[in-house]
Amino acid sequence: MSEVRELSFSAAIQEALAQAMEADERVFLMGEDIGVYGGAFQVTGDLVHRFGEDRVRDTPIAELGGAGIAVGAAVAGARPVYEFQFSDFALLASEQIINQAAKMRFMLGGKVSVPVVFRMPCGSGTGAAAQHSQSLEAMFGHVPGLKVVEASTPEDAKGLLLAAIEDPDPVLVFEHKLLYKVKGHVPAEMYRTPIGKAVVRRPGKDATVVALGIMVSKSLEAAEILAGEGIDIEVIDLRSIRPIDTATIFESVKKTTRLACVYEGVKTLGIGAEISALVAESEAFDYLDAPILRLGGAESPIPYSPILEKAAVPQTDGIVAALRDLVKGRT
Amino acid sequence: MYLIRRFEEMAEESYVRGLTHGTMHLSVGQEASAVGICMDLSNADYITSTHRGHGHCIGKGADVKFMFAEFFGKEEGYCAGRGGSMHIADPSTGNLGANGIVGGGLPLATGAALAIKQRKGKDVAVCFFGDGASNEGAFHESLNFAAVWKLPVIFVCENNQYGMSVSTERSMAVKDVATRAVAYSMPGVIVDGNSVADVNEAMMTAAERARNGEGPSLIECKTYRTKGHSRSDRNRYRSKEEIETWKAKDPIPMFETELEAHGVASRSEIEALQADVEKEIQAAFEFATAGTNPTPDSLLRGVTTTGDIELGAST
Repeated sequence: MSEVRELSFSAAIQEALAQAMEADERVFLMGEDIGVYGGAFQVTGDLVHRFGEDRVRDTPIAELGGAGIAVGAAVAGARPVYEFQFSDFALLASEQIINQAAKMRFMLGGKVSVPVVFRMPCGSGTGAAAQHSQSLEAMFGHVPGLKVVEASTPEDAKGLLLAAIEDPDPVLVFEHKLLYKVKGHVPAEMYRTPIGKAVVRRPGKDATVVALGIMVSKSLEAAEILAGEGIDIEVIDLRSIRPIDTATIFESVKKTTRLACVYEGVKTLGIGAEISALVAESEAFDYLDAPILRLGGAESPIPYSPILEKAAVPQTDGIVAALRDLVKGRT
Repeated sequence: MYLIRRFEEMAEESYVRGLTHGTMHLSVGQEASAVGICMDLSNADYITSTHRGHGHCIGKGADVKFMFAEFFGKEEGYCAGRGGSMHIADPSTGNLGANGIVGGGLPLATGAALAIKQRKGKDVAVCFFGDGASNEGAFHESLNFAAVWKLPVIFVCENNQYGMSVSTERSMAVKDVATRAVAYSMPGVIVDGNSVADVNEAMMTAAERARNGEGPSLIECKTYRTKGHSRSDRNRYRSKEEIETWKAKDPIPMFETELEAHGVASRSEIEALQADVEKEIQAAFEFATAGTNPTPDSLLRGVTTTGDIELGAST
């Protein structure tokens, strides 16, 4: 084990990009203002000075073309990592992501691979309002052929990105913008966090929370508060939306007999709906002692007002109250 | 060109006979651009194709027996029966595929050219697209990227004058797609798309420019599809006279006349070649008919690479 070494979430991503480029000359970066500007969130920082403009490519403001060019380069043997300035802008490129990248291998009878990575800064809390704050993981997770991941810690931000870059298929890596400055232990070596594996962040016996991205830390906060009341919550960090790690979820639900899903994306037709359905269809259903709880984003666009913005996504006190009700209802 | 023509005629016949599923878009009358562009390319050069892509696929070196097998939905097909006519591709010849999305291939070819540039290669990427695609945002974004980054890509517009039923006069503010190259500071040339020699000459100039690192070019091939847009087309938007005028400019007899006039091939040599094509088409048709149908349990193969590894499928 390496000693404790603190890096911010964004520095961990930058380290992953640098290590991937050092290890494999096919890897290069594309995106808007990722060069001398350093990226809208300063994630690429000064990588352009280390690797040059050919490997840290500033693009025109043209997401459809840019993302599609990354897809074409991937099919032709390169390993591009395309940064969307905000994941909301990936909607401009959804033709190339969903119609092309996701389907190309299948349509061509398995004869090509599309090793492209899209970095997707997401989430609310920055006051950027409706077109710069969405959490669209479930929408892209609906598409066979794509892989969709999201880290909650700096360690996984690095490991998941390195795994995504080495993965032969298109991977969308969501990054919650409020996490960029969060610090945590990050090993110095190159390591991969496996895609498709959830992790138990806090063991517990009274209820299972399956959370994603920034909701993992909020759920852990809630669990600590509830621990003071004698309620013992297990928190699972989902990490991968497609493919989804059903084994870890089912095992936990069988143990705790209660399930809550906590995510920032819009509740309806979202990640919680999928997890609930998977549990309801599985042998874990028989173990449930209470209805499944979904805490997701409100049925509204993300508003500007800080008061309304907070009201639009789950917050720690709301999670605490909902989990208390979930557990106290147990017979 | 004759092989493309006979392949498509046979494909149409097999559709009528119920052997082929779905729809198909025939390029009858447009064969010269496919052949004139692809004839000097190697397997290391990439192309992206369109929904009207049978000619490009054959021009780039595909074997018609695996194409028929694809049309019949067989495992032996180029896409193992997963793609059909609209996604026909032979990656081993550098063909990254036909595309069901108008303009879908434009960023892909530009990206393949970027991959070539990143590895300091001398290969080129060719993007076939139609007049309709030049109205898509993907066209404008791709040409801008290619010009700014001086990518080795050749944009080949097969202007057959109709985006499905809407004529270029009704859908474009400029008369020629080549004019649009000016906005992206690249050469834009117009050629008789029914003359294989004219197309090839323009392609040689553009390919040399690309291989020398001087950047992209646009070639506009003026042509015409003498068949309808797809199987559902009732030809209500153009006159019989117009179609007949263009049939008189059929690229195949035109090229045959040229070959004879210049003493390159005699009539009997041309007829011998046609007889060979006929045999090839017959054999390919029989090969495809005898192909293996996919089994339902193979549905998930090819969705992802890692999924294939889990399924234990060979790729």
